[in-house]
Amino acid sequence: MIEAEIYITLKKTVADPQGLTVKHALESLGYKEAEQVRMGKLITIRLNLKNKEEAEGKIDEMCRKLLANPIIEDYSFNIRCLPTDLQ
Amino acid sequence: MKFGVVVFPGSNCEEDCFYVIKEILAQPAERIWHKQTALDNFDCIVLPGGFSYGDYLRTGAIARFSPIMKPLVDFAHKGGIVIGICNGFQILLESGLLPGAMLRNKELHFICKYVHIKTENINTLFTNLCSSSQVLKIPIAHNEGNYYIDEQGLKSLEKNRQIVFRYCSPKGEINKEFNPNGAIANIAGIVNKEGNILGMMPHPERSSEIELGSEDGRLIFKSILKWTESK
Repeated sequence: MIEAEIYITLKKTVADPQGLTVKHALESLGYKEAEQVRMGKLITIRLNLKNKEEAEGKIDEMCRKLLANPIIEDYSFNIRCLPTDLQ
Repeated sequence: MKFGVVVFPGSNCEEDCFYVIKEILAQPAERIWHKQTALDNFDCIVLPGGFSYGDYLRTGAIARFSPIMKPLVDFAHKGGIVIGICNGFQILLESGLLPGAMLRNKELHFICKYVHIKTENINTLFTNLCSSSQVLKIPIAHNEGNYYIDEQGLKSLEKNRQIVFRYCSPKGEINKEFNPNGAIANIAGIVNKEGNILGMMPHPERSSEIELGSEDGRLIFKSILKWTESK
């Protein structure tokens, strides 16, 4: 079993009103050092595959087809083989 | 003229659209469940508002893979008339039938109120009954109506006169103050280059009778009818 963690974030050129609001909230709690906040999504997917390269290919395809919208979002992912006792 | 109103799980404006077509336009209409795999003998397809698939992942992102979307894309590519309202607009963006994408409203609120929109192009099949620069009073009801397109895309929309409606003041001034959701260039509605697909965030089906506070929305439905009948 392989597990993928996929991070989807708004492109840097796209304004992130959620991140901005959270930044203001942090500031009002006294965290003046909070310079920038950007929000995103984390998606985990377990795949019935053994081959890491094959899994990478599939996840990349899923991101392009459905999980991310390339007009406004970027994506990245980590892939790891799950130890048998976690499966 | 035969209309079809597509119903996705989570659509909630299909009955309003159906009512306006049947009762106000007095035209035949059919509800089309999203699992259907064919679209036969329709002149115009309406993608109504609502929360298809609970807005999960991104608005419209899952609905665009519903079985009905394949025949709908074929229908649109052959010049069939398509109008996507609110969530319908979001589905058209996700499916690539219209350019751009939707972000969350700038102030992060769900906004439900009457707004004014300026008709920027009356030479479309959706606006031929409007007068030049006519200001329409039509309500919005959305959380993701902050239209985004990159600079090059915006230039292309402007050059091809694809921007049909912009948010404006009651007098027609276009500025930030009268932009409810942060949409780039106050964009409220656009057409594709060919002009047969319209996407708009405001709800013309909720403003087609004076009893509801405005009947400006019916101009859009009547324009479609006029254009089709004069062909």
